[in-house]
Amino acid sequence: MQVRDGRVSRVSDRDVMREIELGRQEAAARIAAARTLDELRTVETEVLGRKARLTTVKKGLGTLGPDERRQAGQALNEARQALQVALDERRAQLEVTERAQRLEAERLDLTESRSEARRGHLHLVTQTRDRLEDVFVGMGFTVAEGPEVETDFYNFEALNIPAAHPARGMWDTLYVDLGEPETVLLRTHTSPVQIRVMQASPPPIAIVAPGRVYRRDTADASHLPVFHQIEGLVVDHRVTFADLAGTLEAFTTAYFGGAIHSRLRPSYFPFTEPSAEYDINCIICEGEGCRTCGQTGWLELGGCGMVHPNVFRAVGLDPEEWTGFAFGFGIDRLALMRHGVDDIRELMINDVRFLEQF
Amino acid sequence: MKVLLSWLREFAPIEGDPVAIAEEMSDLGMAVESIERLGSGLDGIVVARVVALRPHPDADRIQLVDVDAGDGEVMQICCGATNMALGDKVPLATLGTVMPNGMRIERRKLRGQWSNGMLCSGAELGLGSDHSGILILDPNLEAGTDLRTALGIEEDVLYDLEINPNRPDALSVAGVARDLAARLRVPFRLPDPVVDEQGAPLRDLSVEIVDPDLCGRFVARLLRGVTVGSSPAWMRTRLLALGMRPINHVVDVSNYVMLELGQPNHTFDLAKLRGGGLRIRWAHEGERIVTLDGVERSLAATDGVVADGEDTPVAIAGVMGGSSTEIDASTTDVLLEMAWWQPMAIARTSKRLGLRSEASARFERGTDPEVIDLAARRFAELLLSGGGELAPGTIDQRGELPDPAVVRVRTSRVNGLLGTSLTTAEIKGYLTPIGFRCEPASDASGQDATGGDDVLVVTVPSFRPDTSTETDVIEEVARHLGYGRIGRTQPTAVRTGGLTVRQRERRLVREVLVGLGVDEVMPMPFLEPGDLERTGSPVPGIRITNPLVAEESVLRTSLRPGLLKTIAYNASHRNAGVRLFEVGKVFRAVPGRELPEEPEHLAVGLAGVEAPDAVGIWRVLAEALAVVDARLDQAALPGLHPTRSALLKVAGEPVGFVGEIDPSVLEGFGIDERVAWLEVDLDQLLGLPHGQRLYRPVSRYPSSDLDLAFEVDEAVPAAEVESVIRSAAGELLVGLRLFDVFRGDPVPTGRRSLAYRLRLQANDRTLTDAEVADVRAAVVRAVESTLPARLRG
Repeated sequence: MQVRDGRVSRVSDRDVMREIELGRQEAAARIAAARTLDELRTVETEVLGRKARLTTVKKGLGTLGPDERRQAGQALNEARQALQVALDERRAQLEVTERAQRLEAERLDLTESRSEARRGHLHLVTQTRDRLEDVFVGMGFTVAEGPEVETDFYNFEALNIPAAHPARGMWDTLYVDLGEPETVLLRTHTSPVQIRVMQASPPPIAIVAPGRVYRRDTADASHLPVFHQIEGLVVDHRVTFADLAGTLEAFTTAYFGGAIHSRLRPSYFPFTEPSAEYDINCIICEGEGCRTCGQTGWLELGGCGMVHPNVFRAVGLDPEEWTGFAFGFGIDRLALMRHGVDDIRELMINDVRFLEQF
Repeated sequence: MKVLLSWLREFAPIEGDPVAIAEEMSDLGMAVESIERLGSGLDGIVVARVVALRPHPDADRIQLVDVDAGDGEVMQICCGATNMALGDKVPLATLGTVMPNGMRIERRKLRGQWSNGMLCSGAELGLGSDHSGILILDPNLEAGTDLRTALGIEEDVLYDLEINPNRPDALSVAGVARDLAARLRVPFRLPDPVVDEQGAPLRDLSVEIVDPDLCGRFVARLLRGVTVGSSPAWMRTRLLALGMRPINHVVDVSNYVMLELGQPNHTFDLAKLRGGGLRIRWAHEGERIVTLDGVERSLAATDGVVADGEDTPVAIAGVMGGSSTEIDASTTDVLLEMAWWQPMAIARTSKRLGLRSEASARFERGTDPEVIDLAARRFAELLLSGGGELAPGTIDQRGELPDPAVVRVRTSRVNGLLGTSLTTAEIKGYLTPIGFRCEPASDASGQDATGGDDVLVVTVPSFRPDTSTETDVIEEVARHLGYGRIGRTQPTAVRTGGLTVRQRERRLVREVLVGLGVDEVMPMPFLEPGDLERTGSPVPGIRITNPLVAEESVLRTSLRPGLLKTIAYNASHRNAGVRLFEVGKVFRAVPGRELPEEPEHLAVGLAGVEAPDAVGIWRVLAEALAVVDARLDQAALPGLHPTRSALLKVAGEPVGFVGEIDPSVLEGFGIDERVAWLEVDLDQLLGLPHGQRLYRPVSRYPSSDLDLAFEVDEAVPAAEVESVIRSAAGELLVGLRLFDVFRGDPVPTGRRSLAYRLRLQANDRTLTDAEVADVRAAVVRAVESTLPARLRG
């Protein structure tokens, strides 16, 4: 386009308007045709940048008369605004498309997972022991521990089982080569912890003592030479047999659930008097009678009773001033019952195919 | 102890449902382990005489038996058994009988021959377990008699009771009946047999208790003209039901009296007894006697004997008689011994000789010295039903007998111990029916010292030697009240429960390991000799004195053998690559101390991976426990891989090992994969400072990262490079990470490249480039000047 004079300028005026319109149309077509964001960025420079057709038109506006210039300038602005809108819209469209494409490209079959992430498993006995501790802690007990290698004094004598007492036959004891012959042994029950606790701190006492115990026994489906017990001891002024019965009932419903209740039957243990067997409703049939409970509806869980005065005397407590109760039962059998394991030896074999079930 | 309901009923009118009765016995502490109903289903069974035996023409295994069921008519029976002979009396199930197993007997043909009933074995009738042949009955029975009548069988209930060691009285039918009658509130009555005494009195026999500490009472009676035949059927049936084999009338009566009244007894053939007397004394060491079982036994000075007038032992006191004076078919004059023996003496001897019998079991728990007179009369009554006479006169010698216990029982103590509110009268009401005589304390001290309380003076019966204290008596009150009728309360004082710090930390250790994908195992703490040595443990294990098997004869001093065995077990079951841990005690003898140390250890074994994985576990664990100043000192350690193991140190103290198990140790355990290993003495570790987590402010200003790669001599551990970097970088260093290790060209042999990323940050400002450059220069200078290392270009 050449601008020579006023006449020409009039002609040019029409040309400018046409040029703007053509430039806008061309640019709009190119924006619409852009297939990618990259392309769109190039198009943007080309249609609105320094070398763009409309920019060239703008540079030529100076030659126009004031009215024409205003008119053309307005048209040019409108054209550029329209193009800007078109660009934004197109960019938004392309962004959606491109994100969709990128995500599609990332598509995974999640069932192809080869993740090695795994958790380990606490041993069934630990799980059971922890649950028992938690229930008793909730009932106001603390957890006491004691040595597994014990003296005859703690395991027997202080528990009112003097040497040659016929009741010693109730336990098959493993002795170790320490001290005088048959004076140091692997504890046959967790009861020695009672003695140690009473020696260490004055009443009131409310402890449970879980731990490993030993018997001279051959392993079979229901016996292990090494197994686990939990012992309980409460000593205070005016602790009664009714407190024992109430404590065990509270524990029973807390641990086994509200449908399971306890009962006590007379029994004999040298370290308690009165002594009792502690039974619970069969957890399989809830008392209806089944194979597990021998149709009786009851399971024998353990033993309990009021602390024998001789036990108090052995630790220097006055049985007239203090009374107390003790109880004890096996942890392993609870673990087996809960999960329906019918061979206790699984607990010491430690086959990962067993361990990882729980 | 087994008891028959019919036998119990001879002492008390015990009525009601047999199951309800069982529940009462269980509730009294005589746990009923089984209930068996006897003699039901014998309707229609009669005694028949075998008249003829013929083979079945068409069946080898069937015999044709003609029997006479009392009416003189001969009936043919097909029978599969062949143990009967002509003239035998056998049980016949007549037509229409329903057998105990529900089978109905019909007239039917077997291979073309009619069978008009069935001959029965003991097992088929529920009369024992013998089903090898037809039950052959007493030949004196009359054919046609109803079998139940013939055998003296009543419909009956057999209870098997578990008797606690403190209830010697319940080792007799009468004792069980006494307890049960008291619970059921029905009268209990012991028999009072009256036996006519005839002939010359028992006089010219001298009985001397030489050692009164052995024998508390010795009663002898003489029964003359006895025929040693078989016992009446009813007696044999009862003995069988209670688990004793009928032998002959004398032995059977002896057992019957023991079961009924709890008094074991012994019989001598008077004709064989020499020296005209008995001497009761401790045995001489090495003295010998041939016992009833034909075994010659050597005695110890702690055994009691009954010796004859020539001082030769004729019985081991309370344990077993001697064969020289044994009753046999020719015996006519029976000398009966009823004694009370020192329980400990019997316990010792029966244990030493391995001779445990129904008699020794009763003596060692303590028999009733006062029941002897009654038991002797009962013996005579039963034995003489088969003929003979009881000589007048009783020899009754006494040694040392325990005095009957007299116990003061305070009502306040009963209620204080049981949590009941019984009155003194109620307490008396529970005690009197079981033979405890109760009287109110008559003296001034009838008032309890603690103020105005009722006291009962309770005389313990002679059949309860277990009872001698107030608490013993309170247990009897509780038993007869019923444990179920004592209330249920909870100790009133408010208590705070909880785990100790140590117990919580042990749980934390386990949970961290479980989170790291490691399974907990609990192998047996017993080892085989040599196990510890094989794993490089220098500490010998404590030996078990009386192990059952050699594989379980040593206590572990290390968790290593147990865990390696577990890895090997799993590998052998096609489970390679297991990740296992154990938290448990090990046992180490301490010189001069009776008990060993029992530190708690943690061991982690990761099969199929290398040492750094174990180091990683340790790092996580140390962080979880907030361990301060943890270090790895690489060293060759016994049992561990010599170039892949390190001592773990916390605050300079050794707390364990990390690395891999020595391949030769693995070979010894049959493990063919690598095992990365971590072993920590938790007692040691948790005794050192840890667990403190004080807040460090988190900076809001930007941080700058600095990557530095050093070429470092292989002899220098990375930990050392790290520590030089840390101290040179100073407090601006907030993070340090080894992000690359490179060996090979262009890094010369003997050196490797360690690339670290340092993150620098200040709490109060953004770091300037100059500050970052200063740190960089300081770190490079420090590393290059103190270590055989240089910065890579």
